[in-house]
Amino acid sequence: MKAKVYVTLKPSVLDPQGKAIHHSAELLGFKKISDIRQGKYFEITLDDAVSEGQARESAEKIAKDVLANPVIEDYRVEIVQ
Amino acid sequence: MKFGVIVFPGSNCDHDAYHVISKHVGQPVDFIWHKETDLSSYDAVILPGGFSYGDYLRAGALAHFSPVMDAVKRFAAEGKFVFGICNGFQILCESGLLPGALIRNAGLHFVCRHVNIRTENINTPFTSAIDQRRVLSIPIAHAEGNYTCDDETFNELEENGQIVFRYCDENGEASAEANPNGARSNIAGVCNLDRNVLGMMPHPERACEELLGSNDGRDIFRSLTKAIAAAANNN
Repeated sequence: MKAKVYVTLKPSVLDPQGKAIHHSAELLGFKKISDIRQGKYFEITLDDAVSEGQARESAEKIAKDVLANPVIEDYRVEIVQ
Repeated sequence: MKFGVIVFPGSNCDHDAYHVISKHVGQPVDFIWHKETDLSSYDAVILPGGFSYGDYLRAGALAHFSPVMDAVKRFAAEGKFVFGICNGFQILCESGLLPGALIRNAGLHFVCRHVNIRTENINTPFTSAIDQRRVLSIPIAHAEGNYTCDDETFNELEENGQIVFRYCDENGEASAEANPNGARSNIAGVCNLDRNVLGMMPHPERACEELLGSNDGRDIFRSLTKAIAAAANNN
């Protein structure tokens, strides 16, 4: 069982790295991009014996306590078999 | 009176802080390894600058889980003094001991130079010996020093006098040009509501000798020493 965790900056938080990437994409010729935001992606592999509910509960807790800083970031958890 | 300098894997300003406390403050000081869990023999602890845990995940994020941090939280709750400098400030924010967060510099670069800061609140244990009219010249060296917080937190910081230092120009004007990293409202340092925990991005421990370009940092350590002596007299 795998938990996928996506951590993104809150919309209100400035993302200077995303802005720089946006600029680079424009230099490549992509002119119709209105915004690029950078985030983080984590894959957590859990023991097979773990139920989907337990996996979600664990991943949510890890995301909240470690992977994301709730002052500046949001997170989303997906469970895949 | 006894100081402790906490050493995380990747701290690199621990010796500078130790040097300033022993040589310029003239008080006993120990290095405290991050696995230590008893801080009861100390009056103040310094979380020094550096790159704890290689800045993995977010600057300061993993140091929050070092065993010593539970002890630091108890230490702060007892009203003892906790001083985070640069990476130490990032660790205090990640640990929830200070409000807000420090994100990537707006200009993306690692900025390493002397900046001017002004003292916004001299009624703290860390600033009482500072002449508020004076602009302090203190070096910064960071890539994640861009202080951010939501509007509600910002208003609370303002109302409670928790904004302790702001970046400014040589005349003391907190202008956009004088802001080295995009920090909200030029914030360079904040304290907690009880004012016994301070975090700042500039490095006062690197500004205690004329030879290094400035000794303006001494007033901060002088203030802290006075506060510890006063607290000891009250007990």
